[in-house]
Amino acid sequence: MFADGLHKAFESRIRLGIMSVLAVNHSLDFNALKEYLGVTDGNLASHLKALEKEGFIGMEKSFIGRKPNTKYFITKTGKTTFNKHLTALEKLIQSQK
Amino acid sequence: MQYKVLSKMEKERDYIKDITEIRTMMERSSKFLSLSGWAGILAGIYALVGAYIAHAFLRFRPQEIGYSADGIDSSDLLNVCILATGVLVLSIGTAIYLSYRRAIKREEPLWNATSRRLVANVSVPLATGGILALVFISKGLIGLLAPLTLVFYGLALYSAGSITYREVRALGMIQITLGLTGFFLVEYGLLFWAAGFGLMHIVYGLYIHLKYER
Repeated sequence: MFADGLHKAFESRIRLGIMSVLAVNHSLDFNALKEYLGVTDGNLASHLKALEKEGFIGMEKSFIGRKPNTKYFITKTGKTTFNKHLTALEKLIQSQK
Repeated sequence: MQYKVLSKMEKERDYIKDITEIRTMMERSSKFLSLSGWAGILAGIYALVGAYIAHAFLRFRPQEIGYSADGIDSSDLLNVCILATGVLVLSIGTAIYLSYRRAIKREEPLWNATSRRLVANVSVPLATGGILALVFISKGLIGLLAPLTLVFYGLALYSAGSITYREVRALGMIQITLGLTGFFLVEYGLLFWAAGFGLMHIVYGLYIHLKYER
């Protein structure tokens, strides 16, 4: 992590998008995330994996009928780190004005 | 020196883009903002025309709760039901079509997790009200139909207000109030119905159009 609160994991705009969407929703499944972000399956999956590895998001596997359904949600650490990142972004923009 | 300034400016632009992305994503995933004010205005006009036809041509003028001898006959009642269904289908169709056009303009899909949640929230009170209306018709409680539909439509709007423009919530409260008043004053039921489904739709549709669509 940078000293000023920006986190390297959020440098990718897709990861930033995932965090934003999950921050305002209780939980979302893979397809809903895909619709909002407009990315391919593989691309989304790799970014989700990266965020999960950092402990920023969690997932819950279940079945709808016979189809597997994975729901993603933001973790406590994820939320605090994301909020710090947001504050840092705002500060940076203000200081550069 | 010049290079350093340039890269600093570029970085700043990146941060602003980041913030914009965050805002867009949060909004898109929690609010359905493709709703068009025109849908409200047109639905209001359909409702006013429908209420006029029902009153003037189909003699839909219930004076009391029950089905009285001097009330409307059953073929007129059937026509009123067909008319009401027509107004409903036309309103929903217009709303979907105009939302679809706005969604294209906003470059986002109309049918996503947000709109699915909106439809789910709205359909519970609407289906409940619709079924109750059928029960009332079968029991001859014709005078209660106009206030009943107002109240349940108001409940649907109220719950939709948390997913779309906040003003929709206020519109829901107004419909509920008009409906509840209509239960007291059954003889003015259709008038309250025209005020809620007609006038209020036009007023709020105009407001949303002027505030968000220009």
